[in-house]
Amino acid sequence: MLELTPDRRLTGGLRLLAHKSESTTEPILRGLVPPELILPLHQHGGNPAVPIVDVGREVAKGETVAAAGDMPSAAVHASSSGRVRAIEERLVPTGSRLRRSLCIVIETDGEDRRAAPSEPLGWPESATARIERIAEGGLAGLGGAVFPTAAKLAAVAGRCKALIVNGAECEPYISCDDMLMREAPEEIVAGALLMCDLVGAPVCILVIERDKPRAIEAIGAAARAAGDPRLRLAEVPTIYPAGGERQLVELLTAEEVPSGEFPSAIGYVCQNVGTAFALHRLATRGEPLTSRIVTITGQGVARPRNVEAPIGAPIGWLIEQCGGYRPDVARLIHGGSMMGYALPSDDLPITKATSCIVAAGPGEVRQSFEEWACIRCGDCASACPARLQPQELLVAAGAGDFARLEALGLDDCIECGCCDVVCPSHIVLTERFRAAKRAHAAHVRRLELSAESEERYRRRERRIEDAESRARAAQEALKAKLRADEAARREAIEAAVERARRRKSRNV
Amino acid sequence: MKFETAAPPHAVPVRGVPQIMRRVLLALVPAAAAYTWFFGFGLLINFVIAALAALVTEAAILKLRRRPTRRALRDCSALVTAALLAFALPPLLPWWIPALGGFVGIALAKQLYGGLGKNLFNPAMVAYVLLLVSFPIQMTQWVPPRMGDIDYRPLGFVGTLRYSLYEELPPSQSLDALTRATPLDTVKEGLRSQRTFEELRGLSLIGTFGGRGWEWVNNFIALGGLYLLYAGIIRWQIPVAVLAGLLVPAGLLHLLDSSRFPSPAFHLFSGAAMLGAFFIATDPVSAATSDRGRLVYGAGIGVLTYAIRTWGGYPDGLAFAVLLMNAAVPLIDRYTQPRIYGHSAG
Ligand code: SF4
Ligand code: SF4
Repeated sequence: MLELTPDRRLTGGLRLLAHKSESTTEPILRGLVPPELILPLHQHGGNPAVPIVDVGREVAKGETVAAAGDMPSAAVHASSSGRVRAIEERLVPTGSRLRRSLCIVIETDGEDRRAAPSEPLGWPESATARIERIAEGGLAGLGGAVFPTAAKLAAVAGRCKALIVNGAECEPYISCDDMLMREAPEEIVAGALLMCDLVGAPVCILVIERDKPRAIEAIGAAARAAGDPRLRLAEVPTIYPAGGERQLVELLTAEEVPSGEFPSAIGYVCQNVGTAFALHRLATRGEPLTSRIVTITGQGVARPRNVEAPIGAPIGWLIEQCGGYRPDVARLIHGGSMMGYALPSDDLPITKATSCIVAAGPGEVRQSFEEWACIRCGDCASACPARLQPQELLVAAGAGDFARLEALGLDDCIECGCCDVVCPSHIVLTERFRAAKRAHAAHVRRLELSAESEERYRRRERRIEDAESRARAAQEALKAKLRADEAARREAIEAAVERARRRKSRNV
Repeated sequence: MKFETAAPPHAVPVRGVPQIMRRVLLALVPAAAAYTWFFGFGLLINFVIAALAALVTEAAILKLRRRPTRRALRDCSALVTAALLAFALPPLLPWWIPALGGFVGIALAKQLYGGLGKNLFNPAMVAYVLLLVSFPIQMTQWVPPRMGDIDYRPLGFVGTLRYSLYEELPPSQSLDALTRATPLDTVKEGLRSQRTFEELRGLSLIGTFGGRGWEWVNNFIALGGLYLLYAGIIRWQIPVAVLAGLLVPAGLLHLLDSSRFPSPAFHLFSGAAMLGAFFIATDPVSAATSDRGRLVYGAGIGVLTYAIRTWGGYPDGLAFAVLLMNAAVPLIDRYTQPRIYGHSAG
């Protein structure tokens, strides 16, 4: 096995103060059964799953309650045994925002009874069957973006240059991957190799940041024990956002993912370590994805730690399992402090996208600041991993100049928040860029609509014109016919007159 | 339980504008001390006057524009302008000149463009150049350094203040006896009257590298500049490019003809070279923003400074060079944007 230590540097990025030690002192808390499960059917950017159970139905752990919809999609399974109490719309946290989704609400019976696997167990032979099994198993990327795993793997199968297994958690608070790598390195490595087989990757790079020596040691040992020549271990510097797919590809391969594309466009696929673990579970035990590791941390929680959370567990209940809130809790963040978003309440379920919940104390989070004017210090540009010029984007966004925003690469902004953190004028840059993207999308839609209505108008004009010209033609034809008839009649008369005359002259 | 909502990122910002400005001021303290030691209290008096004028002007204009004043005054940017101006002014000046400088810098060069962050030109340099062309006599009355072997009795604090406020000198002193040309001026004039640089080096005003006293002040300014680099307030591109832009032509021409072209070290350690490289050209608002742009911008300032010093009408050209390059910034920015991630070159 080859050790790979990239000396390449990421463009931009930040060294942020880590808050990982708080949640890594205790082992992962397992075996939790919440009183209620709220299972969202739409947890990712793909298509929602389709419910296949009715209210009142008894379900066992691991039983499919909603089948994968049109691809890309992923099935949803009961994460504990109980009875379906409702199927209703609820607010759920997904990868990048809160959204309303149909949810299957299950009242658990506390027995955590597992469904007997109905399928023949074991890992199917053909790649298509495997992809199908992954979709049925409900696997989705557990790094935060929750893209359905089956679709992602299918996209590179057969032309993959390297599988990148992502154990780099660059967000300052998140430690779920670190803990999983420490506690289940063999499964992760085995899962990674299964993925390699599936996509035919010649190389499998296990990426871990340098600030996780224990995870590096554990994964390194497991990889050596596996003894597969495809495995590489890459230790990468602890720079935010090195864990982002585009940044990882740049860091490991010096190649850049083309604008607007996924890494698969250049033959790479990134999979989170948690996903590799889940795949291994699915392949060896037939267990679908019913839980994930979640970091519960922040100054606002009594005992920060990592928990194995059943998907659908209420966040408030999970925090109680970690000692409950401290009195001064101020903000509840879904995800990390950089890209995570604030939750309005803790009455929401854990989804496949939930890597971390930060119950932040007041001093831990940015309060709304008064802004100074941009002093063009360029700190934001130096920090930007997409090599954008945020200070210029700011001006263009303020002016609503969409052409300029496009030229400046607004769409290439990965919304990492680096620019905000370094801006000495405390300008809320990322949020403005998000708003500008929305405005741009609306603008494009408006343009399309107006182009469409213009087209409609033109079609109508053409139709009217056509009708008119057809009418004119008909009229002309009619007139011509009349004229012709008239001429014929006259001719007939003349002929008759002529005949009469001739007759007369003969008679004369 | 309900919670407050806010847009990401939630991480606390690393620093603020006032902190940056205060650090710039702090970085100037050692140089100010050295300057005061060698050239008397004029710097501090001029700074206080210019700063008062700058703050009053800023407050008044913001009032007129109905903008919040307290916050703008707290950002310390007006103080930085005043400090840079004070370093550029001769130490013996009637009070109304630094006052006018403070006013012009803020009113004309900053607020007229829309305030902090909007100005095209460096306010301190606009003020300095305006004063230089308006009051050429007063603006070239420099004093020699306080050094043992220079025959000169400097004015103390009270004497300098009296001159500043009433333009009065002690009975035994005359302005002629107190003031001298700067080392740069001396060398320029000397070379013009066909003396060689080697001869001029022997003059009492000229030191090992640059002007006597001046080399020390420049050293301390460079020290402050290194602190700014260390603290991440400025990045290396501009200072290095300015110094290289000055050093390279100076070195080449000095190699060609060392009698007519002063040594590169003399250029670096006289006049405003270090102040310009570390404190003036690095003013973020009026400088180029991309890394490559900063190299071009800095190099332009260095080369232009050298050209004006050598062939132009003024002994030091830094202020003019900075203003000229300020004007070129939009152009530089336009052509030095880095390639966006994921976009192919070209
Ligand atoms: S949020 Fe966008 S503009 Fe800001 S640093 Fe990240 S990628 Fe660059
Ligand atoms: S970091 Fe803030 S002040 Fe500095 S250039 Fe960027 S937007 Fe302007």
